[in-house]
Amino acid sequence: MIKLRHILGGATALLAAGFVLAAGADLGQAQKQATNWTAITMFAIFVGITLWITKWAAAKTKTAADFYTAGGGITGFQNGLAIAGDYMSAASFLGISGLVFASGFDGLIFSIGWLVGWPVITFLMAERLRNLGKFTFADVAGYRFDPGPIRSFAAMGSLVVVAFYLIAQMVGAGQLIKLLFGLEYTLAVVMVGAIMMIYVLFGGMTATTWVQIIKAVMLLTGATFMALAVMFQFGFSPEAMFAKAVEVHAKQDAIMGPGALITDPVSAISVGMALMFGTAGLPHILMRFFTVPSAKEARKSVAWATTWIGYFYILTFIIGFGAITNLIPNPADYFVGGELAKGLKGGGNMAAVHLSKAVGGDLFMGFISAVAFATILAVVAGLTLSGASAVSHDLYASVWRKGKVDSATELRVSKITTVCLGILAVLLGIIFEKQNVAFMVMLAFAVACSANFPVLFMSVLWKDCTTKGAVAGGTVGLILSVALTIVSPAVWEATLGNPKGSALFPYASPAIFSMTAAFAVIWIVSLLDRSAQAAKERALFPAQLIRSETGVGSSSASGH
Amino acid sequence: MKDDVVERIQKNPKFLKMVSTRNNYSIIMSILMMIVYFGYILLIAFNKPFLATKIGAGSVISVGIPLGLGVLVFTIIITAIYVRRANTEFDAMKDEIVKEASK
Repeated sequence: MIKLRHILGGATALLAAGFVLAAGADLGQAQKQATNWTAITMFAIFVGITLWITKWAAAKTKTAADFYTAGGGITGFQNGLAIAGDYMSAASFLGISGLVFASGFDGLIFSIGWLVGWPVITFLMAERLRNLGKFTFADVAGYRFDPGPIRSFAAMGSLVVVAFYLIAQMVGAGQLIKLLFGLEYTLAVVMVGAIMMIYVLFGGMTATTWVQIIKAVMLLTGATFMALAVMFQFGFSPEAMFAKAVEVHAKQDAIMGPGALITDPVSAISVGMALMFGTAGLPHILMRFFTVPSAKEARKSVAWATTWIGYFYILTFIIGFGAITNLIPNPADYFVGGELAKGLKGGGNMAAVHLSKAVGGDLFMGFISAVAFATILAVVAGLTLSGASAVSHDLYASVWRKGKVDSATELRVSKITTVCLGILAVLLGIIFEKQNVAFMVMLAFAVACSANFPVLFMSVLWKDCTTKGAVAGGTVGLILSVALTIVSPAVWEATLGNPKGSALFPYASPAIFSMTAAFAVIWIVSLLDRSAQAAKERALFPAQLIRSETGVGSSSASGH
Repeated sequence: MKDDVVERIQKNPKFLKMVSTRNNYSIIMSILMMIVYFGYILLIAFNKPFLATKIGAGSVISVGIPLGLGVLVFTIIITAIYVRRANTEFDAMKDEIVKEASK
């Protein structure tokens, strides 16, 4: 077992960092399993269907608006599913159910953190984003601010988040293909890169949206079936299920209460802040709000997205307990060498996959494996599209060409960027194969909540905010969140291999400091900004307020 | 954007009233969500034994499980409540203001 770090065995090491950084974000190093032809066939069918949809979408993708926002013609319900498909990653499905399998209750605590950002988006962001923005979240801050600096900053914030998120997904894809299909790491990375490029390049947002919707429906259906099958075994009595789990689990009754997940309150609050406010700063999520025709549909999107994602986390909790009650009594089938102490075959992340075999046989396991892998494609396509729009719409069309560019040229630039990002993603996936990328999704959330979110929040809600303040504060948040993460235990010790206890920054997430600093700097610099430009920006606030609150004059993405 | 419409909206006292009502509502709902989530996290950090207490004699289910599932369900419900009010009451106020300004 080379470098096989599964949650079951590695849990103590991970939990020692104060809060789980890895599960739900990282699949660790995986050992190649036997080739699974059922799963490969099912995955091939998924790819076939989605490519056929891409062909249909390509015929509809003619302008930059079609490419970025699917022409604004997605309904709230569809967009809600697509957001859920964009957000529910393979790592959250396999990682959280694996964490529940290993530690019970702690898995529930972890999943809650991934949901609580959604109300914040709903209450503060969704509608205003839709009313002020057109293609990217920089449009929102760019409404009254000097386009050069603010869009350069926003593009930087987007690209940093996208890059870290993308690396984690690509490495996850490579590890998953070894586990689920029994194929080579590099093959997975190249395949994900190539298929994703086809979706985005030809089908733009329309294809990406439908890939995300199909994936969400498949994942929710598969997970619902598994949870129902587990509940059926216990006559739909939670009491009976939990009792059986306590009886068979090595930790016995400890799985019913909080374990080592939360020990240090500062880390817990900081991670909580990163998840809660970071969600409202993820460019690939924010971009989805421009695909619906009105503020009303934007609100419906988040309501549906929150419902599906929350429902999914309840399912993963049941699936985790189902794995305890189904797998532990049969060590010969599911554990290495038939011994419980040696852990699950393929590692702790395989709990849900083994359970799918236990309740639905080989065919269903093939389906779940294919879904878990297809999940990565949907997430990666959304990330690439938002990265491409940051480059083509913010940097190229708005900053460099100062808005004087036709739709066809802008579309061409976004397609070139998509190819570049796709190749870059494949290269990064290969370079980072042996690296520990556990911290990368948390880092993406930390940057999103410390750089993107404060700038968006203040530019929309505070009349005295100015370009200088927003750019200064956002930059401080960006640098601080990355720098503190590098000197935190997860990177300094776990990734760079420095001795334990040598990390300068002791907490699991920088958010509590970096986000606060960003808000403070925006506030102070804006107050001190007495330039003529600042006066002009403040004078534009009433008009911005009317548009953000009523939608009068907002860009109708469908109107061409 | 039609400037006269913007100007009339700006002068309409109903507009400012709508903005303040809705902003207050958004902020109260956000704070409520933060209290529930961070409250739960801090409860775990400071009082693990309480969460591990059983919900009843003879039951294996601990207090923490219904509470945790409760936070998930609360998150879904609070979002739905806000969206329902915004899509009916606030949108009606908004439509009226825009209509008055476009006359």
